Amino acid sequence: MQHATSHSHSNGAGAHTHSHDHGHHDQESMKVLGFWIFLVTDCLLFGTLFATYVVLKAHTDGGPTGKELFEIPGFVAETFILLTSSFTSGLAVLAMNRKKVNQLIGWLIVTVLLGAAFVGLEINEFVNMVHEGATISTSAFLTAFFVLVGTHGLHVSVGLIWMIALMVQLKMRGVTPVTQRKITVISLYWHFLDVVWIFLFTIVYLMGVM
Amino acid sequence: MYASIKSFASSFFVTGDPLIYGADVSIGLTTVAILFVLFYFKKWGWLWREWLTTVDHKKIGMMYLIASLLMLFRGGVDALLMRAQLAMPNVHFLQAEHYNEVFTTHGTIMILFMAMPMMFGLFNMVVPLQIGARDVAYPYLNAVSFWLFFFGAMLFNISFVIGGSPDAGWLSYPPLSEMSHSPGVGQNFYIWGIQISGIGSLATGINFIVTILKMRAPGMKLMKMPMFSWSVLSSSIIIIFAFPILTVTLALLFIDRFLGGHLFTMDGGGNPMMYVNLIWMWGHPEVYIVVLPAFGIFSEIVATFSRKRIFGYKSMVFALMSISILSFFTWVHHFFTMGAGADVNVFFAIATMAIGIPTGAKVFNWLFTMFRGRIRLEQPMLWTLAFIPCFVVGGATGVMLAVAPADYQYHNSYFLIAHFHQVLIGGVVFGYLAGIYYWWPKLFGFKLNERLGKWAFWLWNIGFYVCFMPQYALGFMGMTRRVYTYGWDLGWGPLNLVSTIGAFLMGIGFVFQVWQILYSVKYGERDTTGDPWNGRTLEWSIPSPPPMYNFAVVPYAGEQDSFWEEKERRDFAPAPPVPVAQLEAIHMPRNSGVPFIFSACWFVAGFGFVFDWLWMAILGMVGVGVTLLVRSFQYDTDYYVPVEEVIETEIAAGRAI
Repeated sequence: MQHATSHSHSNGAGAHTHSHDHGHHDQESMKVLGFWIFLVTDCLLFGTLFATYVVLKAHTDGGPTGKELFEIPGFVAETFILLTSSFTSGLAVLAMNRKKVNQLIGWLIVTVLLGAAFVGLEINEFVNMVHEGATISTSAFLTAFFVLVGTHGLHVSVGLIWMIALMVQLKMRGVTPVTQRKITVISLYWHFLDVVWIFLFTIVYLMGVM
Repeated sequence: MYASIKSFASSFFVTGDPLIYGADVSIGLTTVAILFVLFYFKKWGWLWREWLTTVDHKKIGMMYLIASLLMLFRGGVDALLMRAQLAMPNVHFLQAEHYNEVFTTHGTIMILFMAMPMMFGLFNMVVPLQIGARDVAYPYLNAVSFWLFFFGAMLFNISFVIGGSPDAGWLSYPPLSEMSHSPGVGQNFYIWGIQISGIGSLATGINFIVTILKMRAPGMKLMKMPMFSWSVLSSSIIIIFAFPILTVTLALLFIDRFLGGHLFTMDGGGNPMMYVNLIWMWGHPEVYIVVLPAFGIFSEIVATFSRKRIFGYKSMVFALMSISILSFFTWVHHFFTMGAGADVNVFFAIATMAIGIPTGAKVFNWLFTMFRGRIRLEQPMLWTLAFIPCFVVGGATGVMLAVAPADYQYHNSYFLIAHFHQVLIGGVVFGYLAGIYYWWPKLFGFKLNERLGKWAFWLWNIGFYVCFMPQYALGFMGMTRRVYTYGWDLGWGPLNLVSTIGAFLMGIGFVFQVWQILYSVKYGERDTTGDPWNGRTLEWSIPSPPPMYNFAVVPYAGEQDSFWEEKERRDFAPAPPVPVAQLEAIHMPRNSGVPFIFSACWFVAGFGFVFDWLWMAILGMVGVGVTLLVRSFQYDTDYYVPVEEVIETEIAAGRAI
């Protein structure tokens, strides 16, 4: 065996995931780090969509503009619902840290319901716009709008299915290092979508109705 | 009934071209031959257990390598078709539409389905061994990445015989790639083939960043890490910042084509130049993604074969990192002629030229490493020596192209073609080939035959200059890219004929390499020591090929080139075996069939989207969702290799007593 010194427990073996005696803890924290990096890439994805939207915002081609289409009560309601769901997902994580499985699942249910309400409102908004003749193929502005807002909505919908799957796993296994990491990851995801929505709210809706 | 089947088949399959009928026959025969071998030798179970479900980074790397060599063949045939068509004026070997398809698939395949997988193959085969890890950070995700790439590449390649290839250039600029100008399915194949494999590339980028940051052997500080791992880190950082842009760009183009959007169309307020900006915001960093690992390979090889530590380690690291940042500020140099204005062009011209500074520093570092070194001209070193002058000339013509006013003359001429082929072949291809020759014995346990390799080397090199030097001149003579034929009156004939001869020389060089691999499997010099080149880094401290768990005892690497330092300390005597008492059970990930099935579902979905068959697309996407959920519910994903098995393996390798 050609290595200088086979490392003993004293030289930081615990800090390395591939040391023989690692628990799940190291692997789980590595997965959380990987998810953080994934969120960086997702930021880039939304950033690109925002750039496209900003470039094409004025290209309405004689069709309806944001000022005519966006309805203030609707998107303000969406905003409050999503922000609240972010708060309740935070409460779920706090319950998890106290190892209270039922409380944790309870808060996740509240989060899923709020998320579903948000998606429902968004679909409703889209349907109303299409009924008014503002479809994805009406103008460059509307294509960019539907793609940007729709991508966020798709992210939220995926998050809902994911969260329900995790609730089943919690019911089956309780709070273990693995389920704990999974809940940590989805709460990161959920807060991230919230941050993206703040930008959407500002750049698309508020600046749209100005 | 018969008539409707016939009309469907004539639109579904590509018809009317004898070349493609020939391809149909060869694809059919190859498929039958593979199936026959698998059934006759009863290899289905072996294939599934050992390869399709594997999460071992070494096997995944080998599969990447095999796939990329196949794609190199396909892209190379495209290149030879083009050169045959251009060899003389007024040749009618290919029709105009067919020529468009050929140059489109050549560019796309060579960059995305040859260079990228060859790079990921080297990442996988080398990085964990080099940093003293037992696998990458996420072995399962690694398998997902590979199969996504594989099925994406397959989807793209199918377009050749089913439905028709894309023909709007390798980056598919709108409005040409929009429904208004390309109503066929070819563009959809382009979008989905790249999209599916692009997701895999992004995942690989994340995977290797975490691997390098978190899985290094104890004692290996970042500034003690081997150069190749540094280059992988810098390349992966570019990947995570660039690939999301590609994903979005392709998705937006698809929205335009599939849902009638107006993002990049000529009507409805669309802006085609938005697409060109977006695709190059990914596309320019992409060329640095592929070249930085090649730089890392050269650093390893130069140090090993000069018997010296790499010169200017810190400046090498700094250069890698500054190139990865600068690469994001140069994209407009691909369309200086768009008319963005002098101030914008000047910014991007200066940023482009600035990249030459760290790159030049690296070239001098390699030269200084060789200075007063004890150089051995083994195959990897030959390719490295060929790379340096080639890349310097290619870089110099790049700086010429970076001069925005002059670019109005060079833009889209054969001068540009010659430039980027010189940096991509002279830099990337030579680099990866050097890396393959260098690490081949480590992965496969035998060296590649020297004599055949020298033939391949000289054919490649002479062929390269004969092919591309005339193209610089042709560019100045006014020949633009993507013309499928030209008249006698232009005077381009002789130089084009020379160029074609060079291309075929490179083709013969590739044939020699295939022969070399096949010959060496049987007769190649076996590597019994695990250290055939007198190497300097950790990957040479274990047997060739490495055991499944790589390192029986995790090494301590407290200095740069730690394996070399340690060899010097024991005066190059054989390493003492390890007492069996030091060995322990090893924690490893389990194989999984899910990545393969998951990616196959993506393929089905992609195929459905290509042909607008919504039922098939939905079916595929449901499959994607179900496989993700199935994996989410799997908790038993790893196991321990029993200590008896470790002891047995190590004793058999003569490394433990």
